[in-house]
Amino acid sequence: MTATLSPPTTTPEPQAPLQPQGWLRYFSFSVDHKVIGLQYLVCGFIFYFIGGALAGMIRTELLTPLSDFMPRETYNEVLTLHGTVMIFLWIVPVVNGAFGNYLIPFYVGARDMAFPRLNAVAFWLIPPAGLLLISSYFIGSASQSGWTAYPPLSLTTPATGQVIWILSVLLLGGSSIFGGINFIATILKLRRPGLKMLQLPMFCWALLGTSILVVLSTPVLAGTLVLLSFDIIAHTGFFNPALGGNAVVYQHLFWFYSHPAVYIMVLPAFGLVSEILPVHARKPLFGYITMVYSILAIVVLGLVVWAHHMFTSGTPPWMRLFFTIATSLIAVPTGIKFFNWLATLWGGKIALNTAMLFSCGFIFNFVFGGITGVALAQVPFDIHVHDTYFVVAHFHYIVYGGTVFVIFGSVYHWYPKFTGRMANESLGRLHFLLTFIGFNLCFAPQHWLGLNGMPRRVAEYDPQFTFINQVSSVGALLMAISTLPFLINMVYSAFAGEQAGDNPWRALTPEWLTSSPPPVENWKGPAPLVTHPYGYGAAPESQAVGASSP
Amino acid sequence: MTSSSFPSPISASAGSPALAAGLPVAEAGAGGVAVSLPGAGASQDTEAGHHDGAGHGGEEGHGDFRMFGLATFLVADGMTFAGFFAAYLTFRAVNPLAEGGNYELELVLPTLNTILLLLSSVTFHRAAKAIHQDRTQACRNWLLVTAALGFTFLGGQMVEYFSLPFGLTDNLFASTFYAITGFHGLHVTLGGLMILIIWWQSRQGGRVNRANLFPLEATELYWHFVDGIWVLLYGILYLL
Repeated sequence: MTATLSPPTTTPEPQAPLQPQGWLRYFSFSVDHKVIGLQYLVCGFIFYFIGGALAGMIRTELLTPLSDFMPRETYNEVLTLHGTVMIFLWIVPVVNGAFGNYLIPFYVGARDMAFPRLNAVAFWLIPPAGLLLISSYFIGSASQSGWTAYPPLSLTTPATGQVIWILSVLLLGGSSIFGGINFIATILKLRRPGLKMLQLPMFCWALLGTSILVVLSTPVLAGTLVLLSFDIIAHTGFFNPALGGNAVVYQHLFWFYSHPAVYIMVLPAFGLVSEILPVHARKPLFGYITMVYSILAIVVLGLVVWAHHMFTSGTPPWMRLFFTIATSLIAVPTGIKFFNWLATLWGGKIALNTAMLFSCGFIFNFVFGGITGVALAQVPFDIHVHDTYFVVAHFHYIVYGGTVFVIFGSVYHWYPKFTGRMANESLGRLHFLLTFIGFNLCFAPQHWLGLNGMPRRVAEYDPQFTFINQVSSVGALLMAISTLPFLINMVYSAFAGEQAGDNPWRALTPEWLTSSPPPVENWKGPAPLVTHPYGYGAAPESQAVGASSP
Repeated sequence: MTSSSFPSPISASAGSPALAAGLPVAEAGAGGVAVSLPGAGASQDTEAGHHDGAGHGGEEGHGDFRMFGLATFLVADGMTFAGFFAAYLTFRAVNPLAEGGNYELELVLPTLNTILLLLSSVTFHRAAKAIHQDRTQACRNWLLVTAALGFTFLGGQMVEYFSLPFGLTDNLFASTFYAITGFHGLHVTLGGLMILIIWWQSRQGGRVNRANLFPLEATELYWHFVDGIWVLLYGILYLL
């Protein structure tokens, strides 16, 4: 029984080494949360490079006003795959699955997630779903209707690719829901005795909020996509106006998931950056309680703002008013968090290493994307720039400038914990510099393009926009180049990096109070009780209290 | 694995057989998975001997949180229905049906069906009560009655489907009606199969007994959930 259900690489004997140290365990159905976390991370990066290559194709096409690099249909496929891969296979799995799985059990003082096998199932849904999605390009036609798959467009584009797209997103949604259930149970039910909710590191709160959003909103998307697949396969008319259906209902249901999905992508990043800043600024996280309430406020508000994506979809005035106000309100908790990060840095003993650089890059980009977000919430402005490159610039500032910067910062911050070795700082700074300049060069000009009316998702454009598009493409090239020092750094440092020791950053959160990389059940002895994870500037022994039991 | 003295689930990491606890949601939510884990409960009992090791999670005394995981899953599942209901109500409010379509449905059969499902919740409750009192045979009988009621409900649904004057693609109401009742029927089918599985597993020497009630209690919670959804569905689709 055990032999068939448990991974072959493990043994129930607790005293023996539980897993081989070889690479093979990363390809096994391992149930160790740290292995699963790294599986998510590496798998996510593979899809990031695929999605990045697709972005490179888009920017190459847009070098010239005519669609001369690829046919228009191919451009639509590339566009759809880029969006879907980046959201469902890179950002969501990495920022939740990778860092959540690796860190949350440490933070709650547990030895694994609440449901370890469900955890492995959730991860192993991702590679097949990703392969399925990408394979659709090679077996005829990938979906051409964008990552939103709005009907009636998604009903008129080639059906095979669209149905495969739906299937793939359903699998990824299932993975996401399983992960969310696991995080909620782990954070609420698996806390070490004596550890109170308000003593948890901020990342736990961020992931709790995220998981609540996942559990409440992802199933709605799943149901909607099933209905959409009926429209395609069985020719029902749910969302098909020609058959008496209602395409706007699809938009409502889609955005009921996909707006919270923005917070699913960005709340964990808030949590991660709240872990990184105090360590490298040697200061307690400013305003812990207000941070917690801000996260909860974002969760609640995040569920009632979805129709701000639909101001041009014939929404009635009362709806516009409500969603404008609700969306603008989100700026309050978000702003509180922003100022809390600044206050955390203020007067700190800041170490400007790569992790810190990326975190500061995040703060810079995120406030920019946040401000354009508040602007987009205002109906008159939104109608003007709807479906233009202004929107593209806005959400890339949030999702790339925000979340991806935090992912890179987190990789540098936790690299010593993952591998036991330090990442190379010079390569890291080069990576940051190229990414930061490339990113801003790529996306800042797109605000201008959008304000002047360049529509998004179209392979051709008015020749007056040529120069700005070329500038943007140069920025994209820099971003592509920036991955080279990163990759070299990751591989080189894993073998030849400086030995890190257990706690190179002298951090106080529990994952640093064990060896690097940590043993299978996280601590050789009892789990430490960390009641002040941000107690920098006080005597360390008063902060991290070793467990008195068992 | 006893629900009264649940060994620390944290020891579940890295393949210790307590991991068999790791899949309660899928087990209860997806029905058939329970069959693929026939010996899970038994293998956990053998693990109890390993449970004394220092650093093996012995210091954390957590209760059984598998029901919590299942409840969270059911919230998610309920949101799927919420999405369907919201879509239906919006369609109904803003989309006039084509010529000849209307929202009226025959009420006799679905009302009988509602009574059947509500009864089945009562009989499942009796089954759970019986096993708590160590009356295993009574429990198994009640389980069979519950499953029979569930499958009779499905039969009633079939009869209704074939007697309706509209097909899947006839109009928006028809499509929505079949999608929602079909999705619910899928839940009833899975639930019925799960009941039959725990009926089989609660035989003499099976894994479901007074010491391991989780499969039965999880299925019961799921069954009540499916019942509750039906009551909402009945109100929204048939009565409204």
